[in-house]
This record gives sequence, structure tokens and C-alpha cells, in this order.
Amino acid sequence: MIIADTLIQGILLGGLYALFATGLSLIFGVMRLVNLAHGDLMVVAAFAILIGVEALGLPIILAAIVAGVGMFAFGYLLQSLLLNRTLGKDILPPLLVTFGLSIILQNGMLEAFSADTQRIPFGALGGASIALGGGLAVGVMPLLTFVSAVAVIVFLNWLFYHTETGRAFRATSDNPEIAQLMGIDNSRIFALAMALSLVVVAIAGLYLGARATFDPLVGPSRLIFAFEAVIIGGLGSFWGTLAGGIILGLAQSFGAQISPEWQTLSGHIVFLLVLLVRPRGLFPRAVD
Amino acid sequence: MRLLETHALEAFYGDFQALYGIDLRIDEGETIAVVGANGAGKSTLLAAITGLRQTPPDMVAFDGRPIGGLKPAEIVSRGIALVPEGRRLFPSLSVEENLLIGNYGRKVRGPWSLETIYRLFPVLKERRSQPSTSLSGGQQQMVALGRALMSNPRLLLCDEISLGLAPSVIKDIYAAVADIRAAGASVVVVEQNISQALAVADRIYCLLEGRVTLTGHPGELSRDQIGRAYFGG
Repeated sequence: MIIADTLIQGILLGGLYALFATGLSLIFGVMRLVNLAHGDLMVVAAFAILIGVEALGLPIILAAIVAGVGMFAFGYLLQSLLLNRTLGKDILPPLLVTFGLSIILQNGMLEAFSADTQRIPFGALGGASIALGGGLAVGVMPLLTFVSAVAVIVFLNWLFYHTETGRAFRATSDNPEIAQLMGIDNSRIFALAMALSLVVVAIAGLYLGARATFDPLVGPSRLIFAFEAVIIGGLGSFWGTLAGGIILGLAQSFGAQISPEWQTLSGHIVFLLVLLVRPRGLFPRAVD
Repeated sequence: MRLLETHALEAFYGDFQALYGIDLRIDEGETIAVVGANGAGKSTLLAAITGLRQTPPDMVAFDGRPIGGLKPAEIVSRGIALVPEGRRLFPSLSVEENLLIGNYGRKVRGPWSLETIYRLFPVLKERRSQPSTSLSGGQQQMVALGRALMSNPRLLLCDEISLGLAPSVIKDIYAAVADIRAAGASVVVVEQNISQALAVADRIYCLLEGRVTLTGHPGELSRDQIGRAYFGG
């Protein structure tokens, strides 16, 4: 029974990590940009939702939508005004610039919100659970997180594989120079990819803030889980990222059963094992 | 009607000068060939026309308006399409998706659509859902041509489309170029294969080390003249 319970909790936790990771996977897939500020942007989104709920009195869902729209706009501007200038043959400038952005965001949030821990108040729903019988139960929040992750991935797959914009994303990812000859404006496509990525970040920020406490400095530790999920799953595949998140979630849940100290550690160990056996991840895209 | 014109077009790679004042013109409905050995500047010339290389505005004019220095996407939308050397299909896109992406930046009515391209190259219709990389070289070249045609370009630039293909396949590809001409586009073929170029073109330009060494109608030029212009000496 404990094994079944751990299995279910691990899979559901994987949904959260997949949400953390999908935005990262998206922009890496389109423009080979590793966004080191990804985790901090999730915290920014969590604070934005918190302000919406607590200061403006909006319902959580409305606050999340407003934050999503805001993050979309912010992502578009961030990419067109700043990050597009760092893209080129050298992979170092975007790493350095997003690392700097990470520091700026952390300190900016410390200045604005102090180091106090916060939580997005979900009310009774936050602690509710559904009994599955046989002594098993799943939390409503973890379930909601998992469903959101799957919904995000279904949407992104539809966008990438069944729309003209998705074709442009994939063509630009394959060969940005030739993509321009199709009339694709790379800088606009990159800006759109970052905007979409930050919408996913806003959704991730909602659950990051609602399921546990957060403070301005938790971004980097969440970024590590996101990285691990992306790498385990294989670069450039959204379903792979979900699988990577689930594997990471399972590893952590089973590790926690051994001893609480083993929770995070066993996740890292499984990550290293996957790297050792399948350096390109479990489900890498055919081309790269 | 003058369609495209370059004025004293120059191009540099660092200290190295690739083009020394190229003057070239293409009239509406005309097919010209640009021939020259490796490194003569043919691909650089195409890169300057398509905007992949930045040039001062008035060095390239299309339809009487300067286009030098515009973004490639902007130039495509005005009606210039390139079939790049080595085909350069998008590996993550299927055959049909490679064709569909061709009109991303320019959707105009014209003779070319998915349907008419499949009529031109029926084999592509059979393989529409396959990855583009699974096709033979000749079939990939058909996709590359079709992809460029999807934007119904007024000017089609073909960079070494016979390179690496078997003679019978080259014949098919150039038969398609004849159909493309007949449908109304102006065409520039860039070739190392001189006899192929002479067979298809109304006029030819011969490039050597970044300069035009010879130009004229194929019928009026002797083999000797072309040989000297091509190899120098």
C-alpha cells in the first residue's frame, strides 16, 4: 500500500516538475537558449498572482490569468529588447545575461517583498483530497497540477505540430538562416517563443506558490528540478519533459520513503544515472 | 520591364573582397544563368540579393525600388525566392510541411499551390508525410524547388540545383524549371555546369574572382570565349 501511495504521489509530483520544465524546454528547443532566470521568473509570477489575490482581491484564477497575460508581454519584450541581442554562434552571452537577470530579479524581489516566506492562499481546496479507496487518497492540488501539466503539453504539441506558427518554430529551430528565406522573421519568432514560455512559467508559478511556501530566493533550487526533468526527458520533446518530470518525482518520492534526507538526493542520483546511460535523455528529438 | 538590377555590387568577408562591382539585370519573364568556378562569388551574389548579406540600399534594386540591406523576410515578401545550394530542407518537417512553410512570408494568388506543385512532382505527393531527409537527393531537390515556388515568387533564384544529381534526375529538374518559366516567373540559375546553363538561359553572366568577365546570349558566345571567362587566362 505504501508503494502504491508513493507511486501515485511521485507521478503527481512529476506533474509539478514538468510544469517547471516545459517553458525551459520550449525556448531551448526553438532557439537553443538556456534561461538561467527561469526559476526566478516562476517566483516573479507567484508574487504577481499573490498581489492579485491579496492586494487587489481578485479570485485566484483571474489573478493567474492576469499574471499570464503580463508574463506573455514581459517575455515578448524581454526577448526582443534584450535576449535577441545575445543570440549567436557563441552560447556564453545568453547564459551570462540570463544569470545576471536572475540576480537582478532575486534582489529586486527581496527589496520589494522582503525575505518573508509567502504562500498563495487556496483556501479549503489547498488541503482537500479525493479518496481512492483502500486507504489511498490523492490531493486535489497535486491532481490539478498534473492535469494542468498535461493540458499545457497537449496544447504546445498541437501548436508545434498542427499550426503554421508551430511549423515556423520548428523550421527556425532547424536552421534559422534558411527559415528567414521563407519569410520568417527570426527575432519575432524568438520573442513569441519566450512569451509562450513565460505563460507556462506563470502557470508553474501558480502551483509553486500554492503548494508550498516560497520566498524571493527559491528560484534557483526550482530551476535545478526543471533542468533535470528536461535533460532526463531528452531535449526538444514536450512529452519527454513530462516523462522526465515524472521520473524525477518518482525518484524523490521513493527517496523520501527511505529517509527525508534522501528525497532531493535520490532525484539527483537518478538524474546522473540517466545521463550516464542515455546522455541525450530518454526521448531526444530525432534531429539535433 | 526591368525586374532586378544590381549596381556596382560589392561584398566583403573581413578583408577579403568577394565581389568587385557587379552590374547585373534581369527583365520580367527572362531566365539568366550565372556561371563560374568555385569561389567566383556566385553564392555571395545570391546572398546579397536575398538579404542574407547586408549591402548598401542602392546596390540592389527590385521592381525599381532599392532592397539592399532589407531583412531577408522583407525581401521574400516582395517576391524573391531562393532554392539554396545543398537544398537545405528542414529536417524536423515532413515533405508537405517543408512545402507549406514556403509561403509563410508571402501568400499571394498565383500559379503555384500545393496542388500544382504535386502535379509538377507527383512523387512528392506519395511521400508527403515522410520526413524530408528520407527522400533521395533528386526528390529533396524537388521539395526545395517546390518550397520556393509556394510563395509564387516573381523572381526565382536557383543555386546549383544540379549539383550531385544523376544526369537523368538533372533532366527532370530542368524540365521543371522550364515549366516554372512558362508559368511566368523570372529565373536566375547559378551553375557550375556550363552546358546546362547555356541550354536553359536567355542570357548568361560569367563570373571570375568576383567580377563579370563575360555576358551575352548563349548563341552568340563561343566555347572558347566562355572557357576563358570561366577559368581566366
